Amino acid sequence: MDAGTGTGVAVLEARKVIKRFGEREALRGVEFEASAGELVAVIGPNGAGKTTLLSILAGISKPDEGEVHVPEGEVGWVPQQAALYRRLTVEENLLLFARLEKHPDPHASCKEMLELTGLGERRGEIVARLSGGNQQRINIAIGLLARPSVLLLDEPSVGLDPRQRARLWEFVSALAAERGTTVIFSTHDIQEAERYGKRLLVLADGEALFDGSADGLRGAVREEAPEAASQDFETAFVAFLHHRGH
Amino acid sequence: MRWLLLKDLQILRRSPLQAFLLVAYPVLIAVLVGFAISRSPDKPRVAFLNEVPANSRVSVGTRELPKIGVGDRICKRVECVYVEDREEAAEEVRSGDVLAALILPADLVDRINSLSTPSPLTPEVEVIVNEEDPVKASLVNDRINSLLTQANLVIARQIAAEGGKFLGLVLDGGQFEVLGQTIQILGLANSAKILEAVRPVLPPGGLRDSVDEVIQFTTLARNNLDTAAPLLARLTQPIAVDKQVVNTSTPPLEVFAIAVAATFTLAFVTVLLVAGSLALEREENAFPRLTRGLVSPSSLLTEKVALGVGVGLLVTLLMLGGLAFFVPLHWSRFGLWLLAIVAGGAALGAAGAALGAAAREVRAVSLLAFMVTLPVAFLSLIPSGTVGPALYDVIKVIAALFPFKPALQAMTGALDPAGPSIGGALLHLGILIVAYGLLARLALRRFSAV
Repeated sequence: MDAGTGTGVAVLEARKVIKRFGEREALRGVEFEASAGELVAVIGPNGAGKTTLLSILAGISKPDEGEVHVPEGEVGWVPQQAALYRRLTVEENLLLFARLEKHPDPHASCKEMLELTGLGERRGEIVARLSGGNQQRINIAIGLLARPSVLLLDEPSVGLDPRQRARLWEFVSALAAERGTTVIFSTHDIQEAERYGKRLLVLADGEALFDGSADGLRGAVREEAPEAASQDFETAFVAFLHHRGH
Repeated sequence: MRWLLLKDLQILRRSPLQAFLLVAYPVLIAVLVGFAISRSPDKPRVAFLNEVPANSRVSVGTRELPKIGVGDRICKRVECVYVEDREEAAEEVRSGDVLAALILPADLVDRINSLSTPSPLTPEVEVIVNEEDPVKASLVNDRINSLLTQANLVIARQIAAEGGKFLGLVLDGGQFEVLGQTIQILGLANSAKILEAVRPVLPPGGLRDSVDEVIQFTTLARNNLDTAAPLLARLTQPIAVDKQVVNTSTPPLEVFAIAVAATFTLAFVTVLLVAGSLALEREENAFPRLTRGLVSPSSLLTEKVALGVGVGLLVTLLMLGGLAFFVPLHWSRFGLWLLAIVAGGAALGAAGAALGAAAREVRAVSLLAFMVTLPVAFLSLIPSGTVGPALYDVIKVIAALFPFKPALQAMTGALDPAGPSIGGALLHLGILIVAYGLLARLALRRFSAV
């Protein structure tokens, strides 16, 4: 299996999902599915509904209409801002969540995650003293403690420097390729989505505008906004959105 | 839940200032309250300047009363700090070394003596006070008024006693010392006897009729003056107090003070800790992660309240232990203390959880906890009769809606062996635990909003 391309067997499905916040529709009948081991990037401008979609897939909020099918108890959720205790050490955080996950051997799970994140030597450090990138790695590791078959990452690289981003994506890609974990991540960074997402889901104003590969998106841009086709991918993407009325 | 408790205790341990304050606060309060209770100045310090000449005596008519010793009597009721002059007295008051200064001016006795002359002067004593704050001013006024009432009473009793002796002389006769001479007073009774002996030898009419009138007058005067002496004595204290206590459950002052201090400590520790640690779950973004199947929102609330009760229990017991060095406590009632602290802590913790869930941010929560707890605690301490009945009804309702007052009642009952049962207070706390628990659970719904 190629890294992040998936097996073709759908492990997650969203059908005609609608979510409203008061009068505003944050998601308008979004349809989406992902297969095991797939790496899917959800992209779109601010307010497109990326976080709302991920939070519905994670079970944190419920759709007003539509259906969501996810493997019960096997969805790991990594929110945009690290959801961990900054006054605890790296190890204490991992141990706490391993215990709450009722792992038979929390210490072994903790050790495994420390090896996976490469933070073994910093296990005793207070999280607040770690860099944003390392905090995000622990954040993801906590999401992985449940050994999920689906991992949802909400803008995981925000605030990270290029070197930290590279390490993060290396880590995430390995999860998909080696463990067969389905990874769905949201991002603002089009280049990042193109580079790491094997599939792109484009959202704008709660609507799914495109679902396919990066090459497929370039093809759509050439077709709908030929004047931007020769530009860089981000400029072409903006032209595509503009052409679609967003 | 135990792992969340462990986590919260680890976080608490990692905040040295917070942990220090949790230990230092009750110890400090215990020491302050302990000193205040055990070393209460039952004899306030008063600077005393007596300018009255040593040989001055209060006199009634031409007769000098025995030395009353007003100064000595005053100094039995207060701790007198003898000063040399007015400046020193004023300085003692200004510096706060004494509560007030009492000056008996040199002409005090002359003025008292002038009261029985055609041109009476008002006797005055001089009082110097430092009314730097209204509470102290009120205290000083009460003390000084009490002292002067006592002094006036002593003088009045002496005068009444001497007046009674004069009346006795008028009635029954006897010897009277004036200007070193002893004078024999005949008295009304003897005068009547003499006249009654003379009357038979007088011829009817004229002079005998006049003697009859004098005899009738002396009899009438004796009969009426008989009542004058006790009446004079009663004038010194015409009204006596017959105090009937309708509520015999009032605890001793020191027990009440300890209960107030303990409940204040319990309230602040529990409300702030529970509200703060709950809000921290949201600030750390951990709440959605926790409640995605790891812990239910109700379990999280229970854990927070348990944390508050545990730490509140420890801190309150630490404070009571500290107070035991100053005031004897009834350790045999330890079980009731635990019951009162746990029930009070749980209700206050539930209120803290509701505040924490409503405010959601640690800083806002801390502010809100102070803004709610402090005024409600003070309102709960306002006794009936000190404000208007309508306002007191409002205060009663507010105090009943927050757990401070029932927690205080439970604590007072637990500490006071002669106090009332704590059953009513525990029931009240139980209702508040359920009510605030439900409120907190409802408010937690907002926590889930991404």
